[in-house]
Amino acid sequence: MKIKINGVEKTVDVDPEMPLLWVIRDVLGLTGTKYGCGEALCGSCTVHLDGKAVRSCVTPVRRADGHAVTTIEGLSPDGSHPLQQAWVELRTPQCGYCQAGQIMAAAALLAVTPKPTDAEIDRSMAGNLCRCGTYTRIRAAVKKAAGVPDDGGGT
Amino acid sequence: MTGPVKLTRRAFLGSLGAGLAIAVMPRVAAAGESSGLAPHVLVHIALDGTTTILCHRSEMGQGIRSSLPVLIADELGADMKRVVVKQADGDKKYGDQNTDGSSSFRKQYDADRRAGAAARMMLIAAAAKQWKVPPQTCTTKNHLVIHTPTKRTLAFADVVAAASRLPVPDAKDIVLRPVSELERVADRNLPVLDGAAIVTGTAQFGADVTLPGMLVAVIARPPAVGGKVARYDAARARAVPGVTQIVEMPVPKPPWLFQPWGGIAVVAENTWAAMKGRAALAITWDHGDNASFNSAAFREELLASVRAPGTVHRDVGNVDAAFARAAKTVEAEYVVPHLSHLQMEPLVAIARVADGRAEIWAPTQNPQANRADVAKLLGIPEDRVTIHVTLLGGGFGRKSKSDFVNEAAFLAKQTGRPVRVQWTREDDVRHGYYNAANAQRLRAALDDKGTVTAWHHRTALTPIGGTFDGKKDTPSVEDLQQGVTDLALAAPNVRAEGCRAPLHTRVGWYRSVYNIFHAFAVGSFIDELAHARGTDPRDTWLDVIGPPRTLTLADLGVAKLPNYGESLDKHPVDAGRLRRVIERVTEMAGWSNRKGRALGLAAHRSFVAYTAVVISVVPDPVRVFRIDDAWITIDAGTVVNQERVHAQLEGGLVMGISNALYGGVTMTNGATDQSNYRDARVARMRDVPRRIHTDIIASTAPPSGVGEPPTPPAGAALANALFALTGKRLREIPLARALAI
Ligand code: FES
Ligand code: FES
Repeated sequence: MKIKINGVEKTVDVDPEMPLLWVIRDVLGLTGTKYGCGEALCGSCTVHLDGKAVRSCVTPVRRADGHAVTTIEGLSPDGSHPLQQAWVELRTPQCGYCQAGQIMAAAALLAVTPKPTDAEIDRSMAGNLCRCGTYTRIRAAVKKAAGVPDDGGGT
Repeated sequence: MTGPVKLTRRAFLGSLGAGLAIAVMPRVAAAGESSGLAPHVLVHIALDGTTTILCHRSEMGQGIRSSLPVLIADELGADMKRVVVKQADGDKKYGDQNTDGSSSFRKQYDADRRAGAAARMMLIAAAAKQWKVPPQTCTTKNHLVIHTPTKRTLAFADVVAAASRLPVPDAKDIVLRPVSELERVADRNLPVLDGAAIVTGTAQFGADVTLPGMLVAVIARPPAVGGKVARYDAARARAVPGVTQIVEMPVPKPPWLFQPWGGIAVVAENTWAAMKGRAALAITWDHGDNASFNSAAFREELLASVRAPGTVHRDVGNVDAAFARAAKTVEAEYVVPHLSHLQMEPLVAIARVADGRAEIWAPTQNPQANRADVAKLLGIPEDRVTIHVTLLGGGFGRKSKSDFVNEAAFLAKQTGRPVRVQWTREDDVRHGYYNAANAQRLRAALDDKGTVTAWHHRTALTPIGGTFDGKKDTPSVEDLQQGVTDLALAAPNVRAEGCRAPLHTRVGWYRSVYNIFHAFAVGSFIDELAHARGTDPRDTWLDVIGPPRTLTLADLGVAKLPNYGESLDKHPVDAGRLRRVIERVTEMAGWSNRKGRALGLAAHRSFVAYTAVVISVVPDPVRVFRIDDAWITIDAGTVVNQERVHAQLEGGLVMGISNALYGGVTMTNGATDQSNYRDARVARMRDVPRRIHTDIIASTAPPSGVGEPPTPPAGAALANALFALTGKRLREIPLARALAI
């Protein structure tokens, strides 16, 4: 199978049913994408498949054959995506484990909805858990990246 | 495994060689000229001035890596741009590394500062000698030694070599800076050290470590604690492509401690193959002695336990006489089930065992315990075991237990290959060291003016001690310090009893531990008293606590108070501080303004800090309610890195809301019923306050805990707000059950 991962064409020879998550992590060695639940319940493993957010833990790798996958490592060449900048500026991460998935989910949202409302943010981020409880800062960071005024979550 | 080999941060650290502080003991000798200045195990200044500070506590989101080095650097007078932060391996020479009990600064604030101060004093001594001036006339700032009267300066790099030849000052001679000079510590906008790495996916968590030739193991563990494998199909599992070995894990014997859980390990070339192999094992279990354990029946057992007298741990005045005289009596029972940590990163550990040595990489809260456990398990001396600490994708107490690390060490030895033991989410939910299950009964006697004349508290909790000795089934005096015996009460008659609650699973520490349910019950009960008396909940809180004062053991009516390992002189039980957080938080929240919203208040002392929470709920057509705002005030004494303390207030509050709304795992026939976030729920974005308003009381008191104290009061504040909104009193967690959400 051929996958274009973060712009680079790769050939992988694995069980076509292997979830994309494990191909990305174990075979391609890109560890920014995280395993949290394996059942599309937490969003930690969110990547983009042809620009759309998918849960890589329940996406068989055959579905990525001949398609483009973007992981957190490929979101921007140098961490300069507006979401990455907003995340750092608002000091959104605590442990950080969920944050790659959060940012990838948010990036997919902004790609289609550049100025999301609170309700739109809540809806598209509903499947992304953060056990450290950084949700108010996540919402604020999405709005900051989108240039939408925030009514003051966080401190 | 075809992934690239990453150099871990620790491997990198090791490769820097002998010049590093890790090779030098404190107060023994400064390093020689060639390797720079190393006055303390945590600090090393190279000849070019580059300063390496070791973070010897685990980073699990609380921000220790963003805080501890800043404190040391401030004391030293270093320029943060010249500071490199490294994570320390597990080693006793670093002092206590067990990152739990909200203790990093509480217990080590002075010691950390002394590490920086020793280096500062040696640099100053060297510069003063060169200038022929008294050292007292010099200071350091921005990586410079400054002679204050003449404004002359020398760069650290210019005096490191000379300083390294001087004796390390004795602990008693070390002089700390005035706190007012700790400029960066006072900065409210410190960066998150690993922020950029986290948002680009390069931060290294446990499962991100890859070693050459590494295999991945997934283990099928007995569903009931104490269960064993009866039969399994090794051939079917071995037939799964990629599976390399099937290994029987050692059968644990009680007491459980942190032993591997037993079961069958499937070892494979990659995670997916190991998971598929495990699914093919077709194990028949012998469930053992706990197969008759059922949470529903246990709930009744706990309630029966608090309906009968227990062991009295707190006794003031004459409670029975006061109840006999009471004009009115209020009583209520509260139930809180076992809670699963549900940290986002499932347990994982990597081990390499070869040539009589073991090397481990793990997201661990307690690397020294891991080191001792692995040495014991493998029968090798501790100095042959290296524990590298990665970032933790959340810990909350779960990663204080060595079980997962021990599994990896065992399997690396058995297979002769480096092994990553990967827990699935299901494993994590089913094989926890859960927070204790609990029932409580609270009673208060009121006189005809509504004054509380007697307070009677019973609690039945499955004590953590039972996991360690296989016997304890009644809370100890240490257990009851968490919100029962350290509760400031104005009532002249007080009794608190610990009641029996035998253990049928493993329990362990969970962020704020027993405080979760004690704060939930006490905080709810004070609100119930307010409604029974017809008084405002805030005024009732202040009445129940009584006037500002510190309470002696006699005032509390206890023989001893462990007080989180702190002396009562340094950290008294201070009713004034508890009152102040209540006053502050209600003022911020505009307590008397209830227009269009329902408010709930609760406060709690834990880890010698004081926290109060107000939660505001508004009706929601679909989900009964929605939290629009929450306010939280903490008095944690002196704090380092205010920004991360605000973050802990936000996150701890959310975890408290999550515990209250959704917390709880249950067991049927000894096996945990829940398995993944579907049924082991945690708060999502829609569940948390739209706005969280955080407030830190400025204080020069000794540092208290910060990581855990924000969590306990949140549950009662939410239940009280929901009562204000709906008129329905919820006394059992998870609240979501009664709300049907
Ligand atoms: S790991 Fe894929 S959604 Fe949780
Ligand atoms: S930052 Fe820890 S899980 Fe989100």
